[in-house]
Amino acid sequence: MSIRATIKTQFEQVAVEQERKLAPLADDLKLIDCGLDSLSFAIVVARLEDALGVDPFSSDKAIDFPVTFGDFVRLYEGFAK
Amino acid sequence: MPSKPRSLWDSITAAGTPAGRLHGAGATVALADLASSTSLGGRVEALRGRSVLLIAKDSLRAALAMLELDGVAARMVLCPADLDAAHLPPVARNAAADACVGDAGGATAELEGIRVRVDVDPELTAAPGPRVRSHETEWVLLTSGTTGVPKLVSHDLATLTDALTDTRPGAEPVVWGTFYDIRRYGGLQIFLRAVHLGSLVPADPGEPVPAFLERARAAGVTHISGTPSHWRKVLMSGAVSTIAPRYVRLSGEIADQAVLDALRAAYPQAIVAHAFASTEAGVAFEVRDGLAGFPASFIDAPGGRVRLTVTADTLHVRSGGNAHGYLGDDAGSFQRGSDGAVDTGDRLEERAGRYYFLGRQGGVINVGGLKVYPEEIEAVINSHPWVRMSLVRSRHNPITGAIVIAEVVLADETPEAQRPAPEVLARDLIHSCRQSLAAYKVPASIRIVPRLEVSAAGKLVRPNA
Repeated sequence: MSIRATIKTQFEQVAVEQERKLAPLADDLKLIDCGLDSLSFAIVVARLEDALGVDPFSSDKAIDFPVTFGDFVRLYEGFAK
Repeated sequence: MPSKPRSLWDSITAAGTPAGRLHGAGATVALADLASSTSLGGRVEALRGRSVLLIAKDSLRAALAMLELDGVAARMVLCPADLDAAHLPPVARNAAADACVGDAGGATAELEGIRVRVDVDPELTAAPGPRVRSHETEWVLLTSGTTGVPKLVSHDLATLTDALTDTRPGAEPVVWGTFYDIRRYGGLQIFLRAVHLGSLVPADPGEPVPAFLERARAAGVTHISGTPSHWRKVLMSGAVSTIAPRYVRLSGEIADQAVLDALRAAYPQAIVAHAFASTEAGVAFEVRDGLAGFPASFIDAPGGRVRLTVTADTLHVRSGGNAHGYLGDDAGSFQRGSDGAVDTGDRLEERAGRYYFLGRQGGVINVGGLKVYPEEIEAVINSHPWVRMSLVRSRHNPITGAIVIAEVVLADETPEAQRPAPEVLARDLIHSCRQSLAAYKVPASIRIVPRLEVSAAGKLVRPNA
């Protein structure tokens, strides 16, 4: 599965678990508008660490905090390389 | 040391009429107007000498009530907006409360012992008479415990303002914003600074980040405070540049280098500082060098307001900001060392001349400010028929500071052929946790492991959480 597809699956699965209504995951969708709350995001990041072996947020490298879904995917793509 | 004035109102008016304002989500109140007006509908005398529960949910109302009740109430119990309704009766009992102050039109709690109920309203009315100070009000704050009833921590104006060394407004106006609830210790510190030095713009419970930042901008925010989790939300809100503060403060959780660096990049004009404080220990220190952790030279430093020591890898704090103790059922459990310092329960590690926080002693996991006790979750997992034992621990998380994960050892009794696949089992376990636990307590990840380490004493070996 591609990184993008893995991320999309996690967003969808966590939204179901947490009973959140997820907005369609377009690249320009702002994360704040996607429907997930902080706890849901925290779970997504933890699951992605299991699935992809990286947590870009906790690396020593400086990162740009993602604002849109596209930023979020690019952040993981950059680290998984 | 200068002697502290008797009441909060005396203190903020000591240098003259205050110029600041309280910016609520629905209304703004000029501090100067409180000299001759009241938010308590002329009922302040009904509260005199009483033990008052402050249950207003609205931050502006809570701020107004605190300003009016200090010097009037014998005791003022600050109930945070998110206080579990089931915990209110034991809090009231432990505080021997006989009055409460709430939002106008808010739900009236039916509580035993409450004889007087007064609403606080930002629509001020003329005060019935001059302010009369009759009591050294005891301020009671609640800890953020979750498994049980919060503990009641006793302070007074002197302990709460101990870290406020300069209470006179400077030449430049200061507008303090806070993501914290001003009824909790971290937010209360900001409230007290703000009313002495300028204005306050507090977030309201549940207020979306962009909406609060827009209010903060409109109020001209210069200083702003929140937990690292609050700040990560800001960084990911798309609204980070709404404000351009001169000073950004993080406290309440461990500030890691990533969030400090990101805030420095977002607010290049600002001092980005992280501070350590706890409800019991008070404000211990502030770090302004932009680095995670704090210089080892802070420990055992002679002189100064605060004396910091490390005992058994745990931070101890002795200062005039220490709480007096717990009230009611927990009165005996206040943790003080032999030197009188408060044991913070926060574990430290020294690396290259700097101390770094490792987490809480006793393994309490802090998920976005909510405490989680691993044993409670393990009990739920262990009740599953396929499970022999489990270990719940903390994993660092950039959004909530920490998140709960679990490792599970399966019972041997289930024949291999009848065991479901690990991912099916993990999903089933998460499902059963969700049935009986709050969402933040449900493990984000469950791993099936062959064994868990058990110590000679027969206890599960817990990694330093």
